[in-house]
Amino acid sequence: MATSPPASEAPTLPLADRTIGEVSDLLRARKLSSVELVRACLERIARDGERLNTFLAVGDEAALEAARDADRALAAGDERPLLGIPYALKDIFVTKALDEAGQPLPGGLPTTAGSKILDGYRSPYASSAEDRLRAAGAILLGKTNCDEFAMGSSNENSAFGAVHNPWDESTVPGGSSGGSAAAVAAGEAFFALGTDTGGSIRQPASLSGIIGLKPTYGRVSRYGMVAFASSLDQCGPFARSVRDVALVLGAVAGHEPRDSTSVDTPVPNYAEALKGHVRDLRLGVPREYFVAGMEPGVEKAVRAAIDLLEELGAEIVEVSLPSTDKGLATYYIIAPAEASANLARYDGVKYGYSAGDDDLLTNYLRSRGQGFGPEVKRRIMLGTYALSAGYYDAYYLKAQQVRTLIKAEFDEVLEGVDALIAPTSPSVAFEIGAKTQDPLLMYLNDACTLPVNIAGLPGVSVPCGLSDGLPVGLQVIGRAFDEATVLRIADAYEQAAGFASLRPPTAHD
Amino acid sequence: MITRADVEHVAALARLGLTEEEIERMVSQLNHILEAIAALQDVDTSAVGPTAQVIPLENVMREDVPRDGISREAALANAPLREGGHLRVPVVLEEGR
Repeated sequence: MATSPPASEAPTLPLADRTIGEVSDLLRARKLSSVELVRACLERIARDGERLNTFLAVGDEAALEAARDADRALAAGDERPLLGIPYALKDIFVTKALDEAGQPLPGGLPTTAGSKILDGYRSPYASSAEDRLRAAGAILLGKTNCDEFAMGSSNENSAFGAVHNPWDESTVPGGSSGGSAAAVAAGEAFFALGTDTGGSIRQPASLSGIIGLKPTYGRVSRYGMVAFASSLDQCGPFARSVRDVALVLGAVAGHEPRDSTSVDTPVPNYAEALKGHVRDLRLGVPREYFVAGMEPGVEKAVRAAIDLLEELGAEIVEVSLPSTDKGLATYYIIAPAEASANLARYDGVKYGYSAGDDDLLTNYLRSRGQGFGPEVKRRIMLGTYALSAGYYDAYYLKAQQVRTLIKAEFDEVLEGVDALIAPTSPSVAFEIGAKTQDPLLMYLNDACTLPVNIAGLPGVSVPCGLSDGLPVGLQVIGRAFDEATVLRIADAYEQAAGFASLRPPTAHD
Repeated sequence: MITRADVEHVAALARLGLTEEEIERMVSQLNHILEAIAALQDVDTSAVGPTAQVIPLENVMREDVPRDGISREAALANAPLREGGHLRVPVVLEEGR
């Protein structure tokens, strides 16, 4: 059952549960310090972090030191919007942890990608995301748990244990960026970055009751993101308001020479694009996105959200994307094929786990066999099979052709509407262990999100109510590089719907 | 239909050591997944070209100028085995092999 939101509670929320917008006003008015913000997050991490299993590494000393620097800059009148704001990085982004002499940097954080094969790995360089957010003055708290190499929809594939959803700790937070989503929902960070290859930002945002954006492929540099499927992977933010997500996107978006697939198109001021209304917009509802097996409570909440957008003045039209049901098959050829090539680098020689065998071939087999978990092995096998002699045309080439069709359908429909609105996930958060025995059942979680990656388009998930006490997400999908419109729609909805102040039971001091 | 021999062949191509139990499970799970993927064979793609990536970019070039990279010590710091300034690997080419 979708329930109506409680009266606005925003002003009485504990510090750790507020939005960036709320606390940055206080920071600038010198009524609050960055050190206090970092402490509020660290206290939440100390209280709930281990139980929820959200973080794989926390750098409290380095964060407090950076906060003191931020407070000095704030006192000097520095007005960068993310200055002094604590955040978390999915542990798929490398963070510089070695100096030029190869020695551990004090406070440097390891990078595992949720995998035993990278346990203890210390990166000699920083990711673009870390570089850009440091330049923006944001404060890195730590690295969040995720499915191994970002392969999963529940965060149960992490070599370091499942993450628990703060709304109901017997359920999953979604995946693969489950630690980032749960950390932001639980007030352990003001925002977080994740990666989305088939839904890994939007689906956990939906299940964890926060906002998550997958930008257009090429909008944000992928430099320093441990690669899963290079033609689909994209970096994006999680936060507790659409406006916050817009601020973070503005800080990380843009061309960078170190990722030659990052596109050199201007980065608009996303926060200014939030006009607060949708009166001049025409929104398409793709009928195929109300898939068989969708939970009635999810459909009800999403239909109610669509009705609200219509009441707000948007023109709603039903549209059709007939190849939607081919998205899953297309994705589960292309993504594993690219993954099998990307993961060939884990050879037990250059870095990472090594079985230490004296014979080269045996060392490859054992290092990879012992280092990778079951889902990663499954995808390497699937991808290698799809690319192998005799099957390439039937699987890989065929999937690339269907990818052309899926993208063409989106392009055509998006000529007639400004954006699409649909469910993010067919279900709310499910019990830990409920889908682990059936890989295909797990893959179906992403039926509404992965076509968007196949076409490279931007998509955001914004909370649209509760079903059985658990959050439901509304997905807004836009034209390539039109994050501004996608965020504008999500923001107008958020303002009108009143779900913005919903917080999980962990949200109290 | 994927057989046990297919799984062993593909695992060897991927340099992935699997246990007996993993091979058994892989045979059944891959068949289950490939059944779902078979839906693609019904799509008429006779007049459709492949899409490898979606952005309108090709042959991105950069200036050919030297710049600093990762230092040797930093690059070797994560190596399981090293010898002097090199990665140490098991014997690749042996005399008489």
